[in-house]
Amino acid sequence: MSDIHTVGVVGAGVMGTGLAQALAQTGHRVLLVDRTKEILAAAERTIGQGLRFGRLLGAKASGAKASGAKGPEAERPKEDRATVLGRIGYTTDYEGFDEADFVIENITEDWGLKKGVYERLDALCPERTVFAANTSVIPITRIGAATSRPDRVLGMHFMNPVPLKPTVEMIRGHHTSAATVDTARTLLAQLGKEGILVEDSPGFVTNRVLMLTVNEAVYLVHEGVAGAEDVDRIFKTCFGHTMGPLETADLIGLDTILQSVEGLYAAFSDSKYRPCPLLVRMVDAGLLGRKSGQGFYSYATTLA
Amino acid sequence: MTTADHKPQILAFLAQFFGEHRLTDDEDIFATGFVNSLFIMQLVLFVEGEFDITVDDDDLEMANFNTVRAIDALVTRKRGAVGAAAQRS
Repeated sequence: MSDIHTVGVVGAGVMGTGLAQALAQTGHRVLLVDRTKEILAAAERTIGQGLRFGRLLGAKASGAKASGAKGPEAERPKEDRATVLGRIGYTTDYEGFDEADFVIENITEDWGLKKGVYERLDALCPERTVFAANTSVIPITRIGAATSRPDRVLGMHFMNPVPLKPTVEMIRGHHTSAATVDTARTLLAQLGKEGILVEDSPGFVTNRVLMLTVNEAVYLVHEGVAGAEDVDRIFKTCFGHTMGPLETADLIGLDTILQSVEGLYAAFSDSKYRPCPLLVRMVDAGLLGRKSGQGFYSYATTLA
Repeated sequence: MTTADHKPQILAFLAQFFGEHRLTDDEDIFATGFVNSLFIMQLVLFVEGEFDITVDDDDLEMANFNTVRAIDALVTRKRGAVGAAAQRS
């Protein structure tokens, strides 16, 4: 498998911007597409901040691990920020996707929207192009069926913050070929990451467990059993987790958590996936976590 | 040149995230369990906005932000440098 040079990134939200940064930092040409110029301008600022803080966060992440396993950030030689930013092109109309070697889709977890995006990508991209869905809950087999190339579609569930996380959950859809899995592993190697391959099932491994855990943690706060800080400190200090479930929810975005829990509920028709009313209320109130400045925690950068 | 103590403002900002816990000047902010490593971004943006300084890439080190005393020293150094530059011009 030859090197993957040009990577299309669809969706410039939390995951798309982190992914664009990680790809540009490892020398890839990136085409970042979203609906409006305003979203793309915000994404460019976020990526600039990500590059600025990258070294600091990378150093902390690797220093915190006693095993000596370093995140990809730690080993990378320092490059001029402008050089890295210059590798990213911003587009609202998929310009350049006819040259994409690989496409990673990160849009909102709405099947109607996703279906339209995959039909468009299928028409625009070369036959060889592999499509990876960075979804947390939508079945990969269903996504593959929206294209004429289900053998070249797989799931790649990146973790946030993308530039710092060394491992990706890879999902094989019903028709995904071995060659497609190899191509995805090549891209991950170029990113300094590894993949763990699992079979297609709603929520895969990560979110089947994580979303239920987060939802149940929200119920504990909702019922007044414990405050958010104490729930998280129990996970951190008793279990040695790096982050508690509610900090994790704030990082992912409460809207995404709700969509994922609702997606699991729809997929399994099992009441154990019912979303906590407090989660629904917080999303309705615009308390989406880190990205909105307030969730279970405040992300203020000023004195109150 | 300023030699003011910036610690009260730094502590007031941090208190928003530390509940009942009273931070001391030399306590490692990131070892307490109240904030995770990503909090450093909030902290840097606060320090820059509150004290009107720019933290250069070379100063973006955990050692400059992990205690109240370290942050105070960084702010004093940065504001001193700004003051000295203003006196020269």
